Amino acid sequence: MTEKIDPEDIPQLKLNVNRKEYTIAVQPDTPLLWVIRESLGLTGTKFGCGIAVCGACTVHVDGEAVRSCRTPVSDVQGKEITTIEGLSIGGDHPVQKAWIEDEVPQCGYCHSGQIMRAAALLAENPTPTDEDIDDAMSDSICRCGTYQRIRRAIHRASQITAVGGQKK
Amino acid sequence: MSEILNVSRRVFLKTGATIGGGLILGFSLPDHLAFGQASGHSGGSSMLNAFIRISADETITIVVNHSEMGQGVYTSLPMLVAEELECDWSKIVVEASPVDPAYNHTQWGIQGTGGSTSVSSEWERLRKVGASAREMLIAAAADMWKVDEASCRAENGKVVHSSGKSMTYGQLANKAANMPVPKEIQLKDPSKFKIIGKPVKRLDTPEKTNGKGVFGIDVKLPEMLTAVVARPPVFGGKVKSFKADKAKAVLGVKDVVQVPSGVAVVASGFWPAKIGRDALEIVWDDGPNATLSTKSMREQYANLSKTPGSVGRKVGNPQQALQKAAKVLSTQYEVPYLAHATMEPLNCVVDLRADSCEIWTGTQFETADRNAAAQAAGLKPEQVKIHRTLLGGGFGRRANPQSDFVVQAVHVAKAAKSPVKVIWTREDDMKGGWYRPMWYDQISGGLDADGNIVGWHHTIVGQSIIAGTPFERAMVSADGVDETSVEGAREIPYDIPNILVDLHTTKIGVPVQWWRSVGHSHTAFVVESFMDELAHAAGKDPYEFRRNLLAKQPRHSAVLELVAEKAGWGSSVAEGRGRGIALHKSFGSFVAYVTEVSVSSAGQVRVHRVVCAVDCGRVVNPNTIEAQMEGGIVFGLTAVLHGAITLKDGRVQQSNFNNYQMLAMDEMPKVEVHIVSSQEAPTGVGEPGVPPIAPAVGNAIFALTGKRIRRLPISSEELKKG
Repeated sequence: MTEKIDPEDIPQLKLNVNRKEYTIAVQPDTPLLWVIRESLGLTGTKFGCGIAVCGACTVHVDGEAVRSCRTPVSDVQGKEITTIEGLSIGGDHPVQKAWIEDEVPQCGYCHSGQIMRAAALLAENPTPTDEDIDDAMSDSICRCGTYQRIRRAIHRASQITAVGGQKK
Repeated sequence: MSEILNVSRRVFLKTGATIGGGLILGFSLPDHLAFGQASGHSGGSSMLNAFIRISADETITIVVNHSEMGQGVYTSLPMLVAEELECDWSKIVVEASPVDPAYNHTQWGIQGTGGSTSVSSEWERLRKVGASAREMLIAAAADMWKVDEASCRAENGKVVHSSGKSMTYGQLANKAANMPVPKEIQLKDPSKFKIIGKPVKRLDTPEKTNGKGVFGIDVKLPEMLTAVVARPPVFGGKVKSFKADKAKAVLGVKDVVQVPSGVAVVASGFWPAKIGRDALEIVWDDGPNATLSTKSMREQYANLSKTPGSVGRKVGNPQQALQKAAKVLSTQYEVPYLAHATMEPLNCVVDLRADSCEIWTGTQFETADRNAAAQAAGLKPEQVKIHRTLLGGGFGRRANPQSDFVVQAVHVAKAAKSPVKVIWTREDDMKGGWYRPMWYDQISGGLDADGNIVGWHHTIVGQSIIAGTPFERAMVSADGVDETSVEGAREIPYDIPNILVDLHTTKIGVPVQWWRSVGHSHTAFVVESFMDELAHAAGKDPYEFRRNLLAKQPRHSAVLELVAEKAGWGSSVAEGRGRGIALHKSFGSFVAYVTEVSVSSAGQVRVHRVVCAVDCGRVVNPNTIEAQMEGGIVFGLTAVLHGAITLKDGRVQQSNFNNYQMLAMDEMPKVEVHIVSSQEAPTGVGEPGVPPIAPAVGNAIFALTGKRIRRLPISSEELKKG
């Protein structure tokens, strides 16, 4: 899976993204966002601000929500990186299901990041209160203004997870 | 906006075009019912007209000519087609149309998305498109069965004969595509609607939750390079000289090229291009705008507001009425420049060849972009092909009158001699101009002894967004009144006998543009806040005061009464909260809000609840309407609480979301939307939710604190003062 992005002699890094191993020729200080998007072609993760304030680039690193636009790729070698493409196999993670059920996205650009942030929240806190949601989600910007639906969908995802857990 | 039609036709309708491998043979205006009549088939699918393709596997592809930027047109427009086509909704897929006259806006004469017109402008055409295809499918079946068409009906993706036999649309499509286009179309009676008016789920949600949706920034071509452009720090500035050595030393940088808009660093990817761009050493000629500052502009605007401007509307004798009034209020309102700040920063992919130019981008202004790209590339418009992607927000920014982000990318591709994606950083986007203009308003109102408004004088000062665009002749009057500068102020709905609305159009070197709800974004704030001031001065309840002056305006009255009822206007509000009301008509629709707010001891405003009543004519998709009202409230509230672009020494002082703040989850009010049932034709929903939120919040703050908000964004410092 080595993809040389440049004929010049660039260092090789090993990355684990969505449970796949990649060897990538890339400058070590390159933000993870651009490696994901341009080297791996996983464009679901978005560029919004470049200074880690909007959340559009949120991915999971060892299960934690991380802003990939300010994370040097060399920092995440040997760690498990998950992007929106790897969150579930059929787009059926409880958060994704809830997002569809509650018709959350408008333009949709920020929602990979919103979903990744919400999934990390629910992994840590399966039954978040409105205050917990405010704390976790208030640095993920949606210019279309879908916050009311994001909140509703997080509560729904929490219920879906609870019901799913009972069935098991 | 219908006035745009004639002028824009002259400007834009220069080219014919062919699309889709020659499938579309001709084009007629909608009332001729041909809809870009097509025939033939390819790859197991048949094009019934420019908007409908039916496959043997029963997939119905609806070709959508308007851009999906969040407002839901990839669902609401197919609903119009499907209602008449009588197809199986679950078989519908959506495809973005190419750029072609067949897909022109029905009122503008060019292809484009804006003015909250997508549904209203397609309301007739797309139903006729669906009905026409349905009749062709019926005719094909009748012809095959050798029966009378009248004995056949269309039903859920099949044509059924009275005998009970049936054929699917997939089976009939090939033949149907060659049937004559019906000359007369009978549209369904609205009482028979099965899809229109129902809360249909958006078709684009799955791809917006799994990372698969393709925005302009996601497009990748073989051999494509990525460019980041250094643009002048002052509007209108030029490159005097530059040194590229350090930029070229960055690993991955392929080239550094000068373009009319600045210096582009072209690299193997975004990161080296950005590092390279930041390493450029450029000497700029700042030009005449190097001394621009918001502070001095404010002084200039304030002075102008005291002098008579060009008359936008005059009724009766307002000066005399104000002189004779028992009580006169006179005050000033002001709002700043605002950036659109779409979540997806501007970007454009260009593959320029000797005799062709292919472009991938999210745009609201396809025909203008194509023509501008052709000019920049030195090609004919028909040699330019635009592939339309999803838009990561538009809000007007992606309908640029100079096609700035498209033209720049063509220039870079030309200079770099390579397929290229130009990406604007957030800072480039934020500092890149084309803002909602800064406005300064002087307003006076006179009351008689009984508290009736007898005179009204509103003077508006600001830049024209239309001057210098192809729309100038249609939308700016001979004496210089840009109708978008006075919209919402000129046609105030209240019964006032003497009115003067006048305008000073300033010439400032800051590029300005339509921004979600355009002129209404500031006029509603002024008019509806000042109405509240007059109500209090008259000693009347702000709701009753408005209601009494709207006796001749049934639709305004209906939303006002509905919102008051749903919000419990007149009942006591929770301790520490104030309640405010406002309403405004824009883009054909009527929106009223009641807000509940609190103000902390630090002067921080919190909006807890917004009750909305909206009349946008006949409801096509209630989900979309509700979402657009929620979105409009957030967009407007962001401007109320946070938004300001300011200039000092010709430089924009904001750069990113850390200093041009967006509303966040913990500031989101609880929003309740109530939709008025209506038989009128549908009107806009994308923008009308924005204008009345600012005055509804300001009026609530007044009710709570006695402090009047006359300047946006709200200053906590001012509110904190005793």
